[in-house]
Amino acid sequence: MENNEKYLKVFMDIFEIPKDEAIVLKYQDIDDWDSVGHFNLINELEEAFDIMMETDDIIDFSSFDKGKEILTQKYDVEF
Amino acid sequence: MMWNFKEHLENIAVIEDTGIILTYGKLLEECEYLKEKMAPRSLVFIFCNNTAGDFLGYVACITNGCVPALLNYGLEKEQEQYLLNQYKPHYLWVPLSNIDEYKDFEAIYSIYNYVLLKNKNSVEKYKLYDELALLLTTSGSTGSPKFVRQSYKNILSNAKSIAKYLEITATERPITTLPMNYTYGLSIINSHLLVGATILITNKTIMQKEFWEFFKAQNATSFGGVPYTYEMLKKLRIFNMDLPSLKTMTQAGGKLLSSLHKEFAEFAEETNRKFIIMYGQCEATARMAYLPSDKNLSKIGSMGIAIPGGKLILVDATGAEITTPFTTGELIYSGDNVTLGYAESFADLEKGDERHGILDTGDMAEFDEDGYFYIVGRKKRFLKIFGNRVNLDEVERMLKGAFPNAECAVSGIDDNLWIFTTDENAQNDMRKYLSEKTGLNSSAFKSKYINEIPKNDSGKTLYNYLKFDS
Repeated sequence: MENNEKYLKVFMDIFEIPKDEAIVLKYQDIDDWDSVGHFNLINELEEAFDIMMETDDIIDFSSFDKGKEILTQKYDVEF
Repeated sequence: MMWNFKEHLENIAVIEDTGIILTYGKLLEECEYLKEKMAPRSLVFIFCNNTAGDFLGYVACITNGCVPALLNYGLEKEQEQYLLNQYKPHYLWVPLSNIDEYKDFEAIYSIYNYVLLKNKNSVEKYKLYDELALLLTTSGSTGSPKFVRQSYKNILSNAKSIAKYLEITATERPITTLPMNYTYGLSIINSHLLVGATILITNKTIMQKEFWEFFKAQNATSFGGVPYTYEMLKKLRIFNMDLPSLKTMTQAGGKLLSSLHKEFAEFAEETNRKFIIMYGQCEATARMAYLPSDKNLSKIGSMGIAIPGGKLILVDATGAEITTPFTTGELIYSGDNVTLGYAESFADLEKGDERHGILDTGDMAEFDEDGYFYIVGRKKRFLKIFGNRVNLDEVERMLKGAFPNAECAVSGIDDNLWIFTTDENAQNDMRKYLSEKTGLNSSAFKSKYINEIPKNDSGKTLYNYLKFDS
């Protein structure tokens, strides 16, 4: 699966939301993206992309876009 | 008098992450202003969002003899309305941004982004029991309006006991990781106010950069967490984080996995910190037991011993006290922190002490040859979800009420509640409904379609036959 698609799918599955909602999502925009949701999201992304994220990146991961930026710059994931 | 603020007027009581700072002197002054605005012994609903505003509201109510009910700022609207109808509070203390939501109330005072609203309707005269200090929802209250009634003696005795066994001094700087309306979060505030310590207040979560920036800038010395918090901290690789100010970590709100208990205990020992496992319930104000940090590695999985001033015993099915180690019995606690009882509407606020210092915890436990207790099961059907107690029978009743055409039963393990239903199409709606009503992340709710709910001849659900993935 292409990375863009894979990344999007994790968001859509974890938060059970449609694509148009996922691509603009920010931390705490919806009830489910709280600290528990964040924990689940990071776990799923780590598994999907076979990476281990560092503390600073986990807590900096504040939106759909920001997450992409982090994965690209720090973990060599190409979108 | 609950706290002796006059003993440490110059100390800083609270620092909010936005920069608001209140000394104990200033806090006392603000409490005096609020005293003039509120009729004595009135009932106040406080909607908490972990800021200087709700903190002041709580402290002022307790100090001035008004009775606050602490509620979550994000409480579902239907439940909020139900509580307003059941209790008819004289005042509300709400974030300024929510001022227009309450048409039956008028604003009379505002400070630190909070506003005091007075009920416009003539509130029925009702008497609050003299010793009644505070109302809290039973943790994880599943849509029920049940409050736990806590007395001044309850709060003070528990705060003193906690301050003693955690050796809290005025130099402590705990950072909030739990809501103030959650009994564990509140107990941290109460025990630190007692000794003149500085509370670092924030509503940011440990998953946010701003939280850790505040933590480091203000040299936080301690925090508390439920089991899930410790799973997150491990994910955040706290073991490698540079946190020189951190001295103490406490854990409550459910049993921590033994593997995590061990990892954090070892981390604490290696870095010369304290990691304290605790046990409690809202019905016991907050804390009932703790595991002394020097027993951390030799008593993994234990909830510890009774807190100073309290007593824990086990009783067998006949009610007789168990004296033999490793014998399972029901855990009974006694102490000054056992709360008065429950309330379901304003009429109950007149009630006195119904428990007389003895609490049946609903947990099954055993103790080892040194007298350290271990939880082994539950007498009542409940789960702890992200530190919140969720009553399974209550959840089942709620689901049956909201989905009258579906048959369902619920079961599960901590942090995972499983819904079993005969209506395949209702599964998602049921999960969403429970998440909404409890305010808990929907990932805690799982569902499974089954042909029929297994029952015995007399129609009782056979929960052991409900199989779920763990």
